[in-house]
Amino acid sequence: MSVMGPPEIQRDATRPGVPAPRWFGPGEFPYWLVVLLLFIGYLGYLTFFDPTYAGGRRAIIPGIFITLRATLGGFFAAVVLGLVAGLGRISRNTMIRTLSTTYIEFIRGVPILVLIFTIALVIVPPLWDALGIPRRPSAEIRAMAALALIYGGYIAEVFRAGVESIPKGQMEASRSLGLTHAKSMRYIVLPQAVRNVLPALGNDFIAMLKDSSLLSVLGVRELTQQARLFANATFEFREGFLVLTFLYLTMTVSLSLLVQWYARRLERG
Amino acid sequence: MADRVVVKDLYKFFGAVEAVKGVNLTVKVGEVVVIIGPSGSGKSTVLRCMNHLEVPTQGAVYIDGVHLEAPDTDINAIRREVGMVFQQFNLFPHLTVLDNITLAQRKVRGRSRAEAEEIAMAQLRRVGIPEQANKKPAQLSGGQQQRVAIARSLAMNPKVMLFDEPTSALDPEMIKEVLDVMRELATSGMTMVVVSHEMGFAREVGSRLVMMDLGQIVEEGPVNEVFANPRHDRTKEFFSKIL
Repeated sequence: MSVMGPPEIQRDATRPGVPAPRWFGPGEFPYWLVVLLLFIGYLGYLTFFDPTYAGGRRAIIPGIFITLRATLGGFFAAVVLGLVAGLGRISRNTMIRTLSTTYIEFIRGVPILVLIFTIALVIVPPLWDALGIPRRPSAEIRAMAALALIYGGYIAEVFRAGVESIPKGQMEASRSLGLTHAKSMRYIVLPQAVRNVLPALGNDFIAMLKDSSLLSVLGVRELTQQARLFANATFEFREGFLVLTFLYLTMTVSLSLLVQWYARRLERG
Repeated sequence: MADRVVVKDLYKFFGAVEAVKGVNLTVKVGEVVVIIGPSGSGKSTVLRCMNHLEVPTQGAVYIDGVHLEAPDTDINAIRREVGMVFQQFNLFPHLTVLDNITLAQRKVRGRSRAEAEEIAMAQLRRVGIPEQANKKPAQLSGGQQQRVAIARSLAMNPKVMLFDEPTSALDPEMIKEVLDVMRELATSGMTMVVVSHEMGFAREVGSRLVMMDLGQIVEEGPVNEVFANPRHDRTKEFFSKIL
């Protein structure tokens, strides 16, 4: 028989002595999220159950496939490009540093919409010829290249900040053990930096998902273009653009919650 | 005995700040040299020049006769022979204790994982915390972290160990466990250069005491001699403040 004692307080098993974290502190309850979810719920109800929205729904939703494909493809390429340019920006080699900085500042200095036109219509075609690919790139490929080049410039700054956030002592300890600069970067600095910048990368992914709507100007039949075509053909502007808003909002809000959840977890260590 | 570390006419300027101004110092194989002095006296800078973490403005550093600043010197080859222990431990927080100690062995020494882990466990037993092998650094106390840092350096089989104020960031009750490890290391014949104000440690195992002030060595000699009979006013003043 056990000895009677004071009632056990619920503890976080992984961290003895620390009370289990609560989802929200007092006064932190996210009312905005409740309002937003109600709004999304209402739009979702219209989209899927209101008969007047059936036409818009059927015309627009298929565009989600191209939106996601362009965003995922563009984002993957942008991360690779951003990592290279971000490390180049803090390289000790003057030429590499100059090249990277020029690229980043160029991208940051021109509006995204202008860059999309310029990259897709002016830069990519000759590049394609130079690579010796006979077939002209499709609008979607050009669009992805534009997104990748634009976001590569933004993500480079994310990686640069991530690397610079790692204390100098980490590199010094690694170099003191005889690891080269490159190996120290790869095994010590970058793994820590990448972990720290994942929330920022997540936010860039969300931003890119939204900016993929700009690809409609190239005639890529992603969500926004589908909605525009539908609305122009039927004059159902309200239906078309509310369905469109519903789709974007559902994706961005759920991704944003995911990023916030990860960032909280990161903070708690 | 052969010279392990030779510092010749060393100057180091940080912009307009003259951190080190003409230091000459020789550390023989098996010696334990303790460098003391007020903050800003340049003692850490001299130590950091010994594994090329700082590049001298003028002068030269030799490890086993190899000139560190010579353009054809492979600095990574030198550093794997020179262990360094930092004030802030600088363990790799994303790796377990065991991985902290095996990483350089595998990537620099080319040892297999099994061999590196065996050596790592032996060094962890030496510093008294083999049971912490699979924890992350953040789960350890400061004293334990510093002992892991020492084990990490020792696993590379260095010819000389540099200690940059290894106990300054520790709570008082953890200083002893780190000093015990360093004492054992000194007794085992390791060549050591220690920047520290731990006079008990210096007196017990130090072969030589070096007193620095304003970027220069003002006094040096056998530990007990300097203690008993400091010749320089600056040294007397310093002792009166810290003892």
